[in-house]
Amino acid sequence: MRYSSMAGLWFVLAVVLLAASQLDAVLQRNAAAESLAQRAAEVRSLELTDLCLFTEARYTRHLSQADLHTPFQDHPFALEHFPSGSLVAPPAWGEER
Amino acid sequence: MKAMLARQRYLVDYTLASLRRHRGKNLGLLLVYVLVVFMLASVMLFSHALRQEAMVILSEAPEIVLQRLVAGRHDLIPEAYLEKMGRLRGVSERHGRLWGYYYDPVVRANYTVMVPRERQLAAESIVVGAGLARTRGLQRGDFLSLRSSDGRPFAFRVADTLAAESELISADLILMDEKTFRDFFSIPDGYYTDLVLRVRNPREVRTVAEKLTLALPDTRPILREEILRTYDALFSWRQGIVLVLLVGALMAFVIFAWDKASGLSAEERREIGILKAVGWETSDVIGMKFWEGTLVSLSAFLLGYLLAYLHVFYFDAGLFAPVLKGWAVLYPQFRLVPFVDGLQLATLFFFTVFPYTVATIIPIWRAATTDPDAVMR
Repeated sequence: MRYSSMAGLWFVLAVVLLAASQLDAVLQRNAAAESLAQRAAEVRSLELTDLCLFTEARYTRHLSQADLHTPFQDHPFALEHFPSGSLVAPPAWGEER
Repeated sequence: MKAMLARQRYLVDYTLASLRRHRGKNLGLLLVYVLVVFMLASVMLFSHALRQEAMVILSEAPEIVLQRLVAGRHDLIPEAYLEKMGRLRGVSERHGRLWGYYYDPVVRANYTVMVPRERQLAAESIVVGAGLARTRGLQRGDFLSLRSSDGRPFAFRVADTLAAESELISADLILMDEKTFRDFFSIPDGYYTDLVLRVRNPREVRTVAEKLTLALPDTRPILREEILRTYDALFSWRQGIVLVLLVGALMAFVIFAWDKASGLSAEERREIGILKAVGWETSDVIGMKFWEGTLVSLSAFLLGYLLAYLHVFYFDAGLFAPVLKGWAVLYPQFRLVPFVDGLQLATLFFFTVFPYTVATIIPIWRAATTDPDAVMR
């Protein structure tokens, strides 16, 4: 087989796989719609405000509820020392006020 | 048309044969290229899916949470504040919320303890999140011993565990009834952690928040839109270590690719000279290099993206887990719903395929326009 035919086949296969991944995303989203709605209902019922992503410190567990100057809250000049503090932005309050 | 297609096929044949001749070098380049695209696409897919999921499920969070601040720090809020705030138009419901943290020295993990409003629990019986149940090895009917804030031992009976599908929001939760919560944390009656206000019309939320700040100056309202904004900015490309790492990796790749693509070796120059001497036109040489850049970069993009998709949505972004876990003992196990942004995909395509293809063409154009005799010498 010519090299160009092999390359053509590879690209056709890759593009089909790319399209399949997009289709898979749509199918998975549809299948998860009910579970997402359940989670939203749980947030409403338990009055939750945050995702449970970083449980290492109280101000990383509830990012939206933490004090304004969270890295400095333990004592003056205390710098942020939890690893997740370097992954997330400071809370987004007060940008428009 | 047919002749042009046949010509391009011959060019592709020649390009691939030429790539095959230096297969070690080119496979190395392809591997690094795939890894770079894989990393970028993984971060992009993971953060976008997480953000979208946060937007969907946190859209049911309370419209306003009112915290009391004492000396600039979050403090308990008296129940009397519910009356003190006066009548507020648009507020359909207002009540206190009881929640707090418990540090468990046994496993060195932080738990979030809450009092659910819509669920009645017997005294000293608790409902735990699936992550916590896994960490402590708990099942329905087991007992969990914790020490209260004044040192008294409590043995809580696990009445139920929360669904594993909701670990992303409830992995570390302990739900208990109000009386036990107050006893456990020594919180007197008439005090809450914060207050929750439900506002039916979203356009009235800001006005209500402004009135609250005026009526209760020692409080801070946190609006739902601010919560959503916090999560919208989560893992945003602009901040922190993610950017530093990505910029470092990208710069290294740019230097590598530029060196590979632009620095023509003496052998390549000779090859171009010979091709021109045997009758190739400048456009053919450029076409050959265009195909080389396109084949390498497009393959790297497609492979890298597909691997990233599998990594994030089928292997639960396993490579990111150590980064996300940090020092946390209790980490939720969750499978993200694949929200894929077409625009992000297009941006990734543009920034990974286009620069490399251009970087291969420009130096070749310079070499291909010179006299074959001069190039070969």
